[in-house]
Amino acid sequence: MLEKALEGSKKYWAWLILLSALASVGFYFYLQQYAYGLGLTGMHRDVSWGLYIGQFTFLVGVAASAVMLVIPYYLHDFKKFGKIVILGEFLAIAAVLMCMLFIMADMGQPGRFMNIMLHPSPQSVMFWDFLVLAGYLALNAVIGWVTLGADRKGMPPPTWIKPFIYLSIPWAISIHTVTAFLYAGLPGRHFWLTAIMAARFLASAFAGGPALLLMLALIVRKLTKFDPGKEPIQALAKIVTYAMFANVFFLALEFFTAFYSQIPGHMHAFDHLYAHSATPLVPMMWVSTAFALISLGMLFFPAIRKNETTLVMACIMLFTSLWIDKGFGLVIGGFVPNPFDEVHEYWPTLPEGIITVGIWAIGFLVLTMLYKVAISVREQTAGVEIDH
Amino acid sequence: MSMKRRDFLKIAGISSILSVGAKIAEATHPAWVTGPDPKQLVPNKQALSAKRWAMIVDMTKFKTEADTLKVIDACHRAHNVPDFRTPDGKVDKKLEVKWIWQAGFERAFPGQDNKYMSEHLKDMPFMVLCNHCDNPPCVRVCPTQATYKLKNGITMQDMHRCIGCRFCMAGCPYGARSFNWVDPRKAANLDVKRGGKLNNEYPQRTKGVVEKCTFCTERLQIGKMPACVEAAPKGALLFGDLEDQNSEIRKIITTRYTIRRKPDLGTGPAIYYLIGGSDHA
Ligand code: SF4
Ligand code: SF4
Ligand code: SF4
Repeated sequence: MLEKALEGSKKYWAWLILLSALASVGFYFYLQQYAYGLGLTGMHRDVSWGLYIGQFTFLVGVAASAVMLVIPYYLHDFKKFGKIVILGEFLAIAAVLMCMLFIMADMGQPGRFMNIMLHPSPQSVMFWDFLVLAGYLALNAVIGWVTLGADRKGMPPPTWIKPFIYLSIPWAISIHTVTAFLYAGLPGRHFWLTAIMAARFLASAFAGGPALLLMLALIVRKLTKFDPGKEPIQALAKIVTYAMFANVFFLALEFFTAFYSQIPGHMHAFDHLYAHSATPLVPMMWVSTAFALISLGMLFFPAIRKNETTLVMACIMLFTSLWIDKGFGLVIGGFVPNPFDEVHEYWPTLPEGIITVGIWAIGFLVLTMLYKVAISVREQTAGVEIDH
Repeated sequence: MSMKRRDFLKIAGISSILSVGAKIAEATHPAWVTGPDPKQLVPNKQALSAKRWAMIVDMTKFKTEADTLKVIDACHRAHNVPDFRTPDGKVDKKLEVKWIWQAGFERAFPGQDNKYMSEHLKDMPFMVLCNHCDNPPCVRVCPTQATYKLKNGITMQDMHRCIGCRFCMAGCPYGARSFNWVDPRKAANLDVKRGGKLNNEYPQRTKGVVEKCTFCTERLQIGKMPACVEAAPKGALLFGDLEDQNSEIRKIITTRYTIRRKPDLGTGPAIYYLIGGSDHA
């Protein structure tokens, strides 16, 4: 099936070349970072994680969100998702790959990566995060490939794959829960030390991931003969709406606890993010808040949600909002102020930004090729509904 | 040295020393670019040992800024800690690495200050360093056991095994850890070409790893007190065995009012601060 990724229109190739170019520039700057050290980034001893770990966290959410298609389709027999469930699984693969690349980019000694396996440390959340992410990548690769291969032959997927599909559901929840535990178990980091961190992560993932998937499905429909159908898009939109409600509600809970308790440590990070930072963080956080509320308001009304143009607008705002909140603000909020109650600002450097764009480009490159394979198979079978 | 030798010269069973030695040997191996061959680090008879090393910082003994600077300098010179400066001579906050430094009361003990407290107390230069916690989050979170606990209470750092993920820096609630954002030998004080000086007795580090105070484990091994303790005014930094009822630090902690940084987090810091009141014997 892989050969399908290597045949395509001029537009397809132009897009691949553009992504490869971005990835190459990113890789060039990564080599510089590799030679010089992470001093090339904006991080310092007080804000020791930055954009890279933020992107990692955000993308774990995107990866986990595939489950929002798998659950309705396989557990509730919601047949309408039959055509796009593969898009979710392949998105998960690309997202996990990006996660791993961001981890590598962030590592001070990437060559010693195997030390995590050579000296397994079950008391470390990072050890578990590594395990569950690798497992999730493998699960989705196998499931995606086997089900698509069966589709191509016009047959239902083999029964032995079913247990793997069911396993992928709790597994998806676990990758984002464990990622939340990276943050939520650290003493003295008030902004992160919240019992609902994992719940917040899942809510934002189940809003942002499906929103991205919805947009991807519409793009695919525009560019190819593959039509996911109107109903699955609307079903996705409903999932996004519910999850976004939960996400905004959880964030409001955090605000309440911090500001009603008036405990300084709990308020400081919010003050910094939303009011005091001298970097563009403050306007960014407000944009995030505004976009969250506006998109939620739009999604709330069926008329707006059912109109695909306004639906896409809402999804773009929602995705941007979550990206700022989780891919950026979340990490900084835990580090500023520092353990001495001092404010040492962080802002990414240009090379750091370029490396980040490069990794996203690699992710989209992989995603494009995987989608190309999936769609070619679908076009061949002319989108016949196959009973899984 | 304000402490009698017998107070801390309690040689535990040879086996436990050997196990410490083995850990250190393992910790030192190839990444420590230069420095003594690990085999030479087999503990000798003079090694200082304790059940639980701890430190008292007696703030009444630090009189001038020069006192604290001397302490910081002694540690950083002994351990090849890079001193990065911006072109105008200020500390380069972007690349800064530090093992011991000074912080005002509000900084070292956030939340414990009040509006009416004396300027004198507010401005005291509290010496802050790794607390060698009883229950250290840095050790808990490390995915490679590059930071680990020794039996004598010291939180050790293996710069060879460290992958530079910096989880431990997020985990430490005291800001005690530093990362080598660039090659430390690029700092003027370590760059031999620019007149820098290296202590060849102590290993250098590579970029991309985390480091911090190790309670001078390498000096204890050869019967020496920590470098900061030696450089401090007499009695200003006291180092000894908390588990030994007769040790000076144990007596002081039992009889005087001491405070620790953020004890409410359950980390069990082993650095105790004496702030004022009557002088101790
Ligand atoms: S002070 Fe920080 S680095 Fe030192 S042992 Fe405690 S948690 Fe670890
Ligand atoms: S940076 Fe090094 S010492 Fe710190 S947690 Fe990672 S591997 Fe362990
Ligand atoms: S105990 Fe040793 S390593 Fe720690 S601060 Fe003092 S001199 Fe530095």
